[in-house]
Amino acid sequence: MSERKEAQAPELDLPWKEVSPGGVVDKPGSSVAYITGTWRSMRPLRDHDQCTQCLICWIMCPDAAIPIEDGKVKGFDYAHCKGCGICVEQCPVNIKEPHCETGEMGKVIQMVPESGDEDNADDE
Amino acid sequence: MTSNRSRTFVLGEKKEMVESTYLALDGANAVSHAMRQINPDVVAAYPITPQTAVVQNFSQFVADGTVDTEFVPVESEHAAMSACIGASAAGARVMTATSANGLALMWEMLYIASGMRLPIVLTVVNRALSSPLNIHCDHSDSMGARDAGWLQLYAETGQEAYDNTIQALRIAEDSDLLLPVMSCQDGFITGHGVERVGILPDQTVQDFVGQYVANYSLLDVENPVTMGAWDFTDYYFEHKRQQSQAMNESMPIVEAVSAEYEKLSGRPQPIIDTFAMDDAEVAVIVLSSAAGTTRSVVRDLRNKGVKAGVVKPRLFRPFPAQRIVDAIKNCKAVAVLDRAISFGSPDGMGPLFLDVTSALYNAGACDVPVIDFIFGLGGRDMTPPMVESVYDQLMQIRDTGDRGDIVRYVGLRG
Amino acid sequence: MTDRIRVNLRDIVNNEERLVPGHRLCGGCGEPTIVRQILHAIDTPVVLSTATGCLEVSTSVFPYTSWNVPWIHSAFENAATTISGAEAAYKALKRRGNLPVDEEITFIAFGGDGASYDIGFQFISGALERGHKFLYVCLNNEAYMNTGIQRSSATPRGAHTTTSPAGEVIPGKVQWRKPFTRIMAAHDIPYVAQAAPHNYRDLMRKVKKAVAVDGPAVLNILAPCPRGWRHASDQTMAITKLAADTCYWPLYEVENGHKFTVNYKPREKQPVAEWFKTQGRFRHLFRPANEWLLEEIQAKVDEEWAQLLHDEECSS
Repeated sequence: MSERKEAQAPELDLPWKEVSPGGVVDKPGSSVAYITGTWRSMRPLRDHDQCTQCLICWIMCPDAAIPIEDGKVKGFDYAHCKGCGICVEQCPVNIKEPHCETGEMGKVIQMVPESGDEDNADDE
Repeated sequence: MTSNRSRTFVLGEKKEMVESTYLALDGANAVSHAMRQINPDVVAAYPITPQTAVVQNFSQFVADGTVDTEFVPVESEHAAMSACIGASAAGARVMTATSANGLALMWEMLYIASGMRLPIVLTVVNRALSSPLNIHCDHSDSMGARDAGWLQLYAETGQEAYDNTIQALRIAEDSDLLLPVMSCQDGFITGHGVERVGILPDQTVQDFVGQYVANYSLLDVENPVTMGAWDFTDYYFEHKRQQSQAMNESMPIVEAVSAEYEKLSGRPQPIIDTFAMDDAEVAVIVLSSAAGTTRSVVRDLRNKGVKAGVVKPRLFRPFPAQRIVDAIKNCKAVAVLDRAISFGSPDGMGPLFLDVTSALYNAGACDVPVIDFIFGLGGRDMTPPMVESVYDQLMQIRDTGDRGDIVRYVGLRG
Repeated sequence: MTDRIRVNLRDIVNNEERLVPGHRLCGGCGEPTIVRQILHAIDTPVVLSTATGCLEVSTSVFPYTSWNVPWIHSAFENAATTISGAEAAYKALKRRGNLPVDEEITFIAFGGDGASYDIGFQFISGALERGHKFLYVCLNNEAYMNTGIQRSSATPRGAHTTTSPAGEVIPGKVQWRKPFTRIMAAHDIPYVAQAAPHNYRDLMRKVKKAVAVDGPAVLNILAPCPRGWRHASDQTMAITKLAADTCYWPLYEVENGHKFTVNYKPREKQPVAEWFKTQGRFRHLFRPANEWLLEEIQAKVDEEWAQLLHDEECSS
C-alpha cells in the first residue's frame, strides 16, 4: 500500500484510572502525530522533473519522511523530516539543468536553510 | 481500556467437591504435579537448590509427553523471568520457579513483570540469601521481593503449596487483576519433606484454571501493540498509581478464588488461618511451616490451661491487615515470628512485624503489646521448646504489662 | 541457493512502513535506516523485541509508538531472551491450535552494542544455544550512546568516549574491540553476518538469508552515531562505506559456523586513517605523539582482513 494509514493520535494526559494498564500502546504508528519537522535547520528540496526515481533517498531516510505514491517518491514529509541531509548526500543523480527550486547545479535533492517561517505541512 | 476486556475465564457450572487422590510427595514434587495438571503453555526456568526438584520433575513430564508445554531451559534466573515476560506478553500461560539467589537475580524482571501487568506464576522454594552461602530455608529471598508488585502466598505444607499453586494461576490471570503471583513454601522443610498430599483429578484442575485469553498478545499481528513503552515524568506516576490500585483491589479476587477452590477440594483456604484465637490472650503470628510446630505447642498449652493461639497468614501480599487486627486486637501479648530481617529497620525488625504493627497502629489498636522474634535463619530448626519459650515470654508480658525488648531472637546461640 | 536473492527497491517501495516517522532518534542516526531496511526485507509478519537504548526510548515514548508491528521492550540485557519467550509461546500456542498453523511470524530482537557485546552477551549466547528461530540484530554504534557515549567492548582501540577519554597520558580506549561477529559464528548457528546500511542491497539480502534459515541468526550492523562519533548528520552512509573500503568493517557472512564469505572486497583497500579522519572521536590519533597507535591499529586491521580472506579461502 502506498498511502500511510491515518494514524490515530493518542489521548494525552489521561488521569491515572484511565491510562492503559501496563503501559500498553494499542494505537500502532501513533508517533506520526508527533511532529519532528521542527528540529530541522536545513530543508531538502527535490527537482521532480530531473529525479530518476531510483528510490535511494527513500531507503536511506532515517525518518521514513519521503512519502511514496504509486511506487514513486513524492516530495518530503516536512512534518517529520529532521533535515539530516542523508538524502542529499546519497542522491546519485547529477542534474543537467539548474535545480528548479535553488537554481543551482548539483544533485536532484539540495538543501537550503530553513527560514523558520515555513509551515511543516506535508509536502510542498 | 476496560471496555475491550474480555473475561479471562470460561467458568463452568458451580463445582461440587471432588475427591483427591493421596500420594506421598515432597513439597517441590507436589508443586510440579500442580504444574503438570495446569499444563501451562510455557515454562522457562533455571534450577537452583532447593527448587531443583520442581524443574527436574517438570522436565521429565515434558520428556515423557505428560505435558505439551514449551519448556525453555534458560541459562540464568534473570533469563527465566525475561523469557516468561516475553511469553506472557505473547499471550501464553506462563509459570516458573526459583529460590534465594535465583530470585535475587530475577529482581529487575520482577518489577517489570508486575509493571507490565503480566500474570506470571512463580513458585518460590524459600531459601536464605547469601552471604554467607546457605542453601537452607528462611524468607529473606521472597521478603526482599515483597514490594515488587507481586501477590505472595505462603504455604505451611506441601499440600498447601500444591493448592496455592493452582489458585495462584487463577488469581493472577483474573481479568480484573492481571498481576503476577509468587507462591512460596519453605525450602527443605516442606520442599524436600515427604508428606501425604491430596491431588485433584487432572481434569478438575484443568476445568478450574480454564482457558487463559490475554487482553493483548504480541502474536496478534493484525492488532499490533507496543509493550514496555517508556514513560516520561508525565505518565510514570499515573501507571504506578493504577498498578497500586490493582493490588489494593485484589483481595476480593483472592477470596473468590479461594472460596471456589475450597468448595472444590474440600480443604479450607483461609486468607489467614487462625487457631484457638477466639479467647486467646497470648498469640503468635507466623508464616509457612513453623505455623505447624506452633499449633502443636498451642495444643499442649491449651491442655495446661494457657489461653494461647496462633495466626498464620496464607496471603502476605496484599497484606490482610484488617483480618490480622481483628484476630489479635483482644490479645494481651502477641509475638510475630519473622524468618527474615529487614536490615536497618528499627532494631532490625522482621518484615512481617513491620506490617503487623503498622496495621495495628492504623486501626487504632495501639494498646496490644507486640514483640518480634527473628527465628530460623539459614534453616535453623524451630523446635517445640523454642516455640514454648516464645509463649513463656508472652505470658510474662501478659502478667507484668512490660513489653521489654521489642526485637528478640529464638534459636540463636547467646 | 539463497545467494541468488536480489533486492529491488521497486518490489518493496509500496510496502507499509513498519517503523513510522515521529520517532525521536537524532537526525542522521544510522539505526532507523537500518531497521527500515531490515523490516522492508521481510515478507512475513514480524514480532520485535528491543533492548533498552536509543532505538527503544526514541520509538516508544508513551502514549506514542513508532511501531506498526507488535513490539516489546522489557530490559537492557535481555532482548534475545524476551523474544525467545515470545517464540516459545508461538510454538506452544500453534501446537495447541490456539494460533493458525499456517501463520508464519518472523521474530527479531534488536540491541545496541552495549546490549549485545556487554550486558546481554550471556543472554544472546543462551538463546542461540537453545536454537530459537529468531534473528538477533546488533545495531553497533560502538559505545553506550543512549547514556552519553561511554565505552563498550565494541568501542575500537583509540576511540574517545566519555569513559575512555583521550587525555594527556592515555590516548582514548586502550583495549581492542571484542570480535563479536566471530564469537556469534562460533556458536555454530546457521547464519551470522556483518553488514552496513550504505550497502542496503547487501544488508537486505543478508536479512532475507537470515530469516530463511531454520534456527537462530545474528547480524552485526555498523550504525553511525553523529553525536557520539562526531560527524555531520549527512555523512552517516558515506562513513559506513569508508568503514568497508578501509576493511575496518568488512562485510562478510559465516554459515553454520565455518563457511566464510567476504561479500565486499574493495578494489583499492584504503588506509584506516581515511576512516578515522571523518570522525571527531579519532581526532587525537592524528597528533604526532599518537602516530604509533595509528600504525598499530592499521596493522591490526590488516591482520584481521588477511585472516578473513584466509578463512574464506579455507571454507571454499
